[in-house]
Amino acid sequence: MKVALFVPCYVDAFFPEVAVATLELLERFGIEVSYPLDQTCCGQPMANSGCHQEAAPTEALFARNFAGFDYIVGPSGSCVHHIRENLTAIPQTPEVQKVRQSTYELVEFLHDIVKVRELPWASFRHKVGLHNGCSTLRALHEAKSTEISEPAFSKPMDLLSLVEGIEFVKPRRADECCGFGGTFSVFEEPVSARMGYDKVNDHHGAGAEYIVSADMSCLMHQKGCAERLDLPIKFIHIAQVMNGARA
Amino acid sequence: MKRIDHAEASSKFIRAKDHIEFHDRRLWDLRQKRDRESEAIPEWEELRTLASAIKEHALSNLGDYLEQFELNAVKNGAHVHWAKDAAEHNQIVLDIMQDRGARTLVKAKSMLTDECEMRPFLENRGIEIMETDLGERIQQLDDEPPSHIVVPAVHKLRTDVARVFSETIGTDAKNSDVHYLAESQRQHTRPYFLKADAGMTGANFAVAETGSIVVCTNEGNADLSVNLPPLYIASIGIEKIIPRMEHLGVFVRMLSRSALGSPITQLTSHFRAPRPGTQMHIILVDNGRSERLGMDDFWYSLKCIRCGACMNTCPVYRRSGGLSYGATYSGPIGVIIDPTFNLRKYSSLPFASTLNGSCTSVCPVRINIHEQIYKWRQIISERNQLPMLKKEAMQVAGKVLASPKLYRAAVDAAGSSVEHLPRFMLYNRLNAWGRQREVPAAPSQTFRQWYLKNRSKERVES
Amino acid sequence: MSSRDEVLARVRKSQPASRPMPAIPSFDAGLSTSIATFEANLLRMGGRFAQAADGGDIDAQIGELFPSAQVICSATPEVKGNRAIDSVAAPKDLHDVDVGVVRAAFGVAETGSVWLSEREFRVNALGFLSQHLVVLLDPERIVANLHRAYEHQGFLDARYAVLMTGPSATADIEGILIHGAQGIRTLTVIASPVRDRSAA
Repeated sequence: MKVALFVPCYVDAFFPEVAVATLELLERFGIEVSYPLDQTCCGQPMANSGCHQEAAPTEALFARNFAGFDYIVGPSGSCVHHIRENLTAIPQTPEVQKVRQSTYELVEFLHDIVKVRELPWASFRHKVGLHNGCSTLRALHEAKSTEISEPAFSKPMDLLSLVEGIEFVKPRRADECCGFGGTFSVFEEPVSARMGYDKVNDHHGAGAEYIVSADMSCLMHQKGCAERLDLPIKFIHIAQVMNGARA
Repeated sequence: MKRIDHAEASSKFIRAKDHIEFHDRRLWDLRQKRDRESEAIPEWEELRTLASAIKEHALSNLGDYLEQFELNAVKNGAHVHWAKDAAEHNQIVLDIMQDRGARTLVKAKSMLTDECEMRPFLENRGIEIMETDLGERIQQLDDEPPSHIVVPAVHKLRTDVARVFSETIGTDAKNSDVHYLAESQRQHTRPYFLKADAGMTGANFAVAETGSIVVCTNEGNADLSVNLPPLYIASIGIEKIIPRMEHLGVFVRMLSRSALGSPITQLTSHFRAPRPGTQMHIILVDNGRSERLGMDDFWYSLKCIRCGACMNTCPVYRRSGGLSYGATYSGPIGVIIDPTFNLRKYSSLPFASTLNGSCTSVCPVRINIHEQIYKWRQIISERNQLPMLKKEAMQVAGKVLASPKLYRAAVDAAGSSVEHLPRFMLYNRLNAWGRQREVPAAPSQTFRQWYLKNRSKERVES
Repeated sequence: MSSRDEVLARVRKSQPASRPMPAIPSFDAGLSTSIATFEANLLRMGGRFAQAADGGDIDAQIGELFPSAQVICSATPEVKGNRAIDSVAAPKDLHDVDVGVVRAAFGVAETGSVWLSEREFRVNALGFLSQHLVVLLDPERIVANLHRAYEHQGFLDARYAVLMTGPSATADIEGILIHGAQGIRTLTVIASPVRDRSAA
């Protein structure tokens, strides 16, 4: 299968280690991964601000860069949700539709397509609070959320449970949004920060040494909060843990 | 008309430490109680689907059901009035009362009457109005709107209520015992029930099949307001019509479970016809609802049964309080309704959201709230109601991110600049991110740079 | 054009293409209609429960439940009380009733609710001005859930009908639960078969 790596803009700029881990992890399963060098962004920042027209050129560039692949895999629930559900500022040609339908978030790709059942190289001997970003949780439906009455399941948990030595803590409000919300974090800063503080305090209170998530945007915001609060809690992306990071 | 600044209002709310902690904890508790009920009913998700389908059927046939409702209500001996807008509604209420020499009114909770600003209209014309729901009464005495559609004074602590009551109904300012305060309001209000000329309710549901009005309360104040005075006025938004009594089985099972996590409200009251010798008047109110019904993306908001579950679950609402939205309807449902009342005034509300989707998940009638919030943002942007700063930032971002060259230049510059800026430049009033958070450290290279160095020899893509 | 015509015209112009009406299942397979289930749910909602005293003297039983009650007004001929409901000229005359007594038409096991209308109340205000309410309920007249409850003919006939579930309550101040908000302070259901079961 022809797989392309999609690296969200903020990961490229601020957290390249997450993209490195994603690439290496995919390669561990024998997958040949292409990286279109001219990729930039999925268009979500403009689209989520209602700036549909301003998002169009970026979305068109995305569709061009990722045409012709069987799967496009990216380490970001919110970006992948945007691509699959909201990449609508551009004409919906068959090619565009194919790109949209072929885009997967890393965890769902490994869980549903590669059907990963073991991670023998992975070991993470720490107490971990798993944070499911709201796009990953509710939009991509990668786990049961507490709002919906349905049987329990969790794709991120299924994969992380394969990691040797990992221990999970139970925060009191596991499902509650952490308050990043894209430009919300800037334009509604008081509530955003308060939500972030509550989130990291919750995980810390539950005994977490690390907060692990499939969404680096959430972690970026939580990390900013934790550092300002001087909380001894660390942050790492699920790709890094699955790829064998020890800390 | 001044634009509501939700962020500014929220900042004030958050600074009141005890208040925000209680507010957030109390409403999250209601959300958890809702969860317990939903998990206890195997058919919960099916009930949500049924409730949604009943509402969509009713709304898409609303003309016929309104006529059927009116026909039956009139057969029952009720008078039916129609109000195009808030002003007409208020005038009709005044006329009904003045025609009968009625000067005192006891009323149960009705968001519609708040929406129409009925109380000041009537009070300025000599009508004395007593809000009989405890939460609404507290707010009336404090001259403040309700902050939540089910628990109107949830933003207040007992000490606030003690202050308000001591200044208005003569309780002991130093006594903030909740039982004492509630008993004081009961005793103070009771004589008004006994002597009121008229009683008023809203409606949770209005049944076309029978002409019945259904009001769900816990306090019994609706039943007292209707069963004592000789005149009963019911104000109903036209979207409250449901086709049949059997549909109440679905809605009544869901309403209180969603709102408070209790299987049913203490009183579920069905008013079909006036008591002999008394009068019943029903006012069917449009006030923008028919217009909303014609909006392809937003008519689903009319399914709302006013349970408040979206408010209870919304992490933004819990931390900013209903009053920060500056509208009768706050929280997620308010965010998607209020722009229809005034797009400019409420243009910030759709951005008072992280689009997390929890509201949509708890809505008993499956309103796709967060998707409508997303669509409102597009409308606000298209109609030039975005703040200038944001619009410009998005135009710049849109250009940079559409060009691989510009993007690479910006990212490389950001990295090195963040590395070298002194702290006071990064963290100041202008940098909203940095007010309460640390800025992420800039890495030594972007992923693309890493890739070109470490991988690209064989696999360079053009 | 009247407001009525204008509103209806606007509605008909705006309303979306018709969506179908769904069929509503009764969701009562395997559900209990027992008095025990009813009692458990009534208690959850803050109500009280008692079996009819041996010998069936409800007046005496009420006297024991409410020893300091002065005015007892019954709307059901099975209980005498000391204030005749027929003597009530205006609803507000019931303002001093300590204990009101009624017989419910039926109960709902799912919620612990009792169904009452003007027929059962005689004067509706009895259910709300009384400080306390005693409700007689025949254990054979319990339906499983609200879907079944809404099949009751009474909803089509009664001018006023209420599903009463426990006493009046509020938690509007700091979420603290108060019983006896504006209406009754306590609701006590006494399980008591009707003497003539053939009566509707």
